[in-house]
This record gives sequence, structure tokens and C-alpha cells, in this order.
Amino acid sequence: MAARKGSASGAKAGANVSADELKSYYRDMLLIRRFEEKAGQLYGMGLIGGFCHLYIGQEAVVVGLEAAAKEGDKRVTSYRDHGHMLACGMDPKGVMAELTGREGGYSKGKGGSMHMFSKEKHFYGGHGIVGAQVPIGAGLAFSDKYKGNDNVTFAYFGDGAANQGQVAETYNMAQLWDLPVVFVIENNQYAMGTSVQRATKSPDFYERGVAYGIQGEEVDGMDVLAVKAAGEKAVAHCRAGKGPYILEIKTYRYRGHSMSDPAKYRTREEVQKIREERDAIEHVRQLLLTGKHASEDELKDIDKEIKGIVNEAADFAKESPEPALEELWTDIYTDVAPQNA
Amino acid sequence: MLDQPTNERRLTIARAMAEAMQQEMQRDPTVFLMGEDIGGFGGIFGNTRGLFEEFGKERVRDTPISETGFISAAVGAAMDGMRPVVELMFVDFFGVCFDAIYNQMAKNTYFSGGNASVPMVLMTSTGGGYSDAGQHSQCLYGTFAHLPGMKVVSPSNAYDAKGLMTAAVRDDNPVIYMFHKGLQGMGWLSTEPGATVNTPESDYSVEIGKAKVVREGRDVTLVGLAMGVHNALKAADRLAEEGVSAEVVDLVSLVPLDRETVINSVAKTGRLIVVDEDYHSYGVSGEIIATVTEHDISKLKASPARVTYPDVPIPYARHMEQLCLPNPDKIIAAYRKM
Ligand SMILES: Cc1ncc(C[n+]2csc(CCOP(=O)(O)OP(=O)(O)O)c2C)c(N)n1
Ligand SMILES: [Mg+2]
Repeated sequence: MAARKGSASGAKAGANVSADELKSYYRDMLLIRRFEEKAGQLYGMGLIGGFCHLYIGQEAVVVGLEAAAKEGDKRVTSYRDHGHMLACGMDPKGVMAELTGREGGYSKGKGGSMHMFSKEKHFYGGHGIVGAQVPIGAGLAFSDKYKGNDNVTFAYFGDGAANQGQVAETYNMAQLWDLPVVFVIENNQYAMGTSVQRATKSPDFYERGVAYGIQGEEVDGMDVLAVKAAGEKAVAHCRAGKGPYILEIKTYRYRGHSMSDPAKYRTREEVQKIREERDAIEHVRQLLLTGKHASEDELKDIDKEIKGIVNEAADFAKESPEPALEELWTDIYTDVAPQNA
Repeated sequence: MLDQPTNERRLTIARAMAEAMQQEMQRDPTVFLMGEDIGGFGGIFGNTRGLFEEFGKERVRDTPISETGFISAAVGAAMDGMRPVVELMFVDFFGVCFDAIYNQMAKNTYFSGGNASVPMVLMTSTGGGYSDAGQHSQCLYGTFAHLPGMKVVSPSNAYDAKGLMTAAVRDDNPVIYMFHKGLQGMGWLSTEPGATVNTPESDYSVEIGKAKVVREGRDVTLVGLAMGVHNALKAADRLAEEGVSAEVVDLVSLVPLDRETVINSVAKTGRLIVVDEDYHSYGVSGEIIATVTEHDISKLKASPARVTYPDVPIPYARHMEQLCLPNPDKIIAAYRKM
């Protein structure tokens, strides 16, 4: 048992990856980015309400881990959930229509940006309470283990959420019961306006499992291949019945915490520097071009395809009708009628 | 009556809360603040703005996202004579830390036979109306007021917000201070203009446990708190155009509850409508009605009514949420049915 600094899996850029795989990661990451940009626009137009937390900058995390997943594996995450849903194959139209609160949305307009589920794609939310999804992830893993299949659950949470008490409780149980759950800490360095350094003196989250006997490692979240390699290792550990695994994935969010962020807690230069020097999508783009795996024209075609998908999602999200008002009273319980309809 | 707004010193509730905390911190070195992003960020609802700069990180303490931990830690500090003011960012998050609140904060005074009181303030935001769905839009007034051992207040305007905060900090009991997001005066959230009122610079207290008749009337009593007061005042304005004179009672405090002011008002008007943005069943609205009917049901000329949030998790879709929220139209409709 150990906690490892640095990308132990150390996937060298381009090594052991086919051109098609690289292209598909590029495509999947681009889909998330363009989708989120569009969501930001729709928010600006007043079509999306409440808080809306964009995933821009963190795309390589979910795309890399989804590349390590197999059919039946589960995932659960926080309110910053759009990327996870797109990466696991949920329909961009249904996600966008939930953002606009329409009938065609995954939760029929009842949940909004933070609350969506798809049992079909094994996506168990979208959770608004910081840390809540972590024990839920353990429970999903418990169910798989009990049923005797070899599926794993990815429980995603932030650097801020890592300081919630229920995370510690869950680590202990998950290891005690050898649950097949990968705890994925998306360390984007901030929890709202609070940097990691201001929230803990133990900033190496991958080490936090040591006390419970859980193996962990730190991963470069701006390198989709490194994420995939680390994910494969973690998943193999879980599938082999060895219990949980922790991946601390170092990433960065480019946008505000939500759409109403005064952005006073970090400098523009800090954001700009990471965008310019570390962008995960640009990284894969360069791999594709320098490795001659794809031509500029091919990449342009991908861009175009993505643009089409995103526009179609946005159109659907605008045109899908508002939910019928009677829907207000359904789904509160699975059976009984509400008390004061 | 509400203080007549003058142009002199109109503060938002956010600024009024911050000013009260500032003055109490200047006066009493045992007062300190804890919460998520209340420091340099100034609180996501603006209510601690400027305090970090004046008092520094020791007394204006940003916490990790560890609500059970820091709220119970405040209980410990309070029992040792400190006066913590702690923020639970959204009241909806109480689920993470309710043990700290109602088993520790609310009960230690009693269980110590009065030996170890818990003089702390837990401030928390309430209310919806801006499409933030059911984990960020609740009021939960009744949930907190139901449990003995802690006082519960909720201001409807900046004058009361400041005075209640001052009173809460000085109170030797735990006080839950619930501020409605829609009254707060934040740039990014639309605000009820009636909440931004003249607020004196000097320190003063607004008594906890005393309701206010904010508009006098003869025909019907409208009882509310926080946003409910503004809905009631708007309904009263419109009813007045039809010659109906509505009296509006701002509860200000749920625990202790000023039953007498409500009873006296209904004794005068004979009609009662309670406006409450919290869920319909088992809540403040039922308690107010029971208070009046238990006292003297013969004073009522009509069955009491309530305009409340239906027993539904708060939906995201705007038109669904708006359908559920109390508003002046619903209050007027309730009156017409009487
Ligand atoms: C229990 C609880 N406390 C506080 C909040 C308010 N809140 C929402 S997101 C957030 C920051 C979380 O940061 P992190 O876990 O790092 O995730 P990120 O937003 O960076 O993805 C806070 C404090 C909440 N939703 N739930
Ligand atoms: Mg974070």
C-alpha cells in the first residue's frame, strides 16, 4: 500500500495509443468544451437560471477516465456535472434541455444543471450538496459487489469536498468492505473562492487514504493519456477485488465557480497562463498534428461535427416545451398523491 | 410602521448585517466569525464584506467545507465564553450538520443545568425564486423553529437586520439568524426594494421575540416574515384600492414567538391569512393559526387561510417554481374566499 506522487502510470504522450483513440479523446473533450461555452451563452441570454457550474478546463479528467471504463461501470459526481454526463454518453440534447428547464430534459425540468440522472448510462447524479455523492458512490459499489459483477464506480468530487467529514467516513467503510470504487478527486485548486492552501495543511489528497489503507496516486489532469493510464490501473485494482483506489487528478477550471463569480480570488494571469501552456485539448491537438495522426482538415471536420451537435442541443433546449404544470406533482413519491395539490 | 425610507442612510440587508457584526466585533473581543468564503470574499451574500480587512483572518475565519466540524467547534468555543457568529451558506445544507445544531448547540445549555450556555449566532440564507432548485432554495423556518433550545429570527428589512444581528450576538442563547436571499441586495440576485431601508449608524438592538405591526388595518390580518412581509404589504396596497383595510404583522422572530401581537391583531380584524414561503404542512403557518384558534376561536369571522409553499421539493423550471411561491395575487385570492 502506498500513495504515489506524480503520474506513476506515466503514459508518455502518444505511446501505445492509436490515432483513432487520440481522435476520439479530442472529439469528446471538444464536445464538452463547446457544450459548456454554449451553456454559458444561454445563461447570458437568461435561458438558464440559478447557478450553472461549467467544466471548461477539466475535460481531460472525465474523458480519460471514461476511456478506462467498461459497460456497466457507474459514475456519480457533484453539481459540476455536464462534462461527466456527456462523457458517459448521455444525450447532449437532454442535458441542455434540463439546463433550460424543459420537458425534454433528463429530469423533466425539475432538477436543472445540478440534478440529473441516467440509469441507462449508469450516471447517478448530479448532486448539489458538497460531498454527498461520495458515500453514494460507495453504496453503488457495494451493490455491484453484492451482486457479484466486476463493475466499478467512479465517485468524483472536488478538492473542497475532500474536507467533508463524510468523505473520511466513506474511505474507512470502502476499504473495510473492499468496495470497488475509484475516488476521483478533481483538484482544480479552488473551492469557490478558497484555494486548497487556505483550506488544508494536507494538500496532497492522494495521500489521504493512507490512514485507511487505500492506495492513491496523483495524476496530471491536463494530460488525457496520463488520466486514462491511471484510470486503468485503478479500475484493474477494483475489478480484482482489492477494494477502493484514490486518484487525485490535478486540473484547473478556467471559468468562475458558477456563473456569478466575482473572480477576485485569483489573477487573470494565473488563468491565462494555464490556458495557454497546459490546455488539455490543445495538448491532444498537438499530439495529433505532430504525430501526423490527423491533418488540420480532419480536425476541422471534427470541430464542425461538434458544432453541429451543440447547436442541435441548444435548439432542442430552446424548442422543447416547458414542462406541463401537472408535472409538478409527479415523482415526489412513486405512488401516493401529494398532500395539498 | 417601517421606518420611512429617507435618502440619508439606506442600507441593504447585507450591509446592515455586516455593520452590526463590525460594531459588535469592535465592542467585544470575544466575537469572531467563521464560515465558507466569509473572509476576503466577503461572504457570497455580501454580509461579511469589509470585515476581513478590518479584523483579519484570526477573527474572520474562512473554514474548509466541513460544516459539522466548524459549527460544533463554534459550540465548543461558545461554551468557553467566546461569541462565535457562524455562517451556514444555504439553510438547505443543514442536512450535513444538523447534529451540531440541534443536538449540541440547542441542548447543551439545558443538559448542563444552565452551567454551560452557548452564546452563538448561526446565520444562514433562505429562499428561492431564482431557479436554484430544491437543495438551494428552501426556507425551512418551521424545521428550526420546531426544536426547543434555540432562538430563531428572520428580518424583512435592513433596519431589523442590523438590530436583530446586534441582539443575536449579545444574546446568551444560540440564535438562528435566517436571511432571505431575495431581500439581501446582491447585485447578481434580484432584490425586493422594500428591504433596503434607512438604517441608523449607531448600534441598537431589535428585540428578539417581538413581532411588529408594519401596517395597520381593520378587515384582515396578514401575518408573514422575511419575504412574506413584502408580499403581504403589496397585497395590502392592492386590497386598499378596493376599500379593504389589511393589517400586516411582521413576525420578525419565530422563537420566541410573539403570539400576543398576532392574537390582538386578529381580535381586531377577525380574519387571518398567514403567508409563509416554507412548506405548507407542519410549519409556521399551522402554528400561527393554532395560536389564534386555541386562544379564542370566536374572534374569527372566517376560517383562517394560508398562502404557503406546497409540499413539493422545489423544482428548477422557472414557471413551476413561480407557480409554487407565495405572491400578492394568492393572498388576495385567499381573502376573496373568506
Ligand atoms: C454541504 C455544502 N456546503 C457548501 C456548499 C456550497 N458550495 C458549493 S460548491 C462549493 C465549493 C466546492 O469546491 P470543490 O469541492 O473543490 O468543487 P469544484 O466546485 O471546484 O468543482 C461550495 C462551498 C454546498 N453546496 N454544500
Ligand atoms: Mg475545486
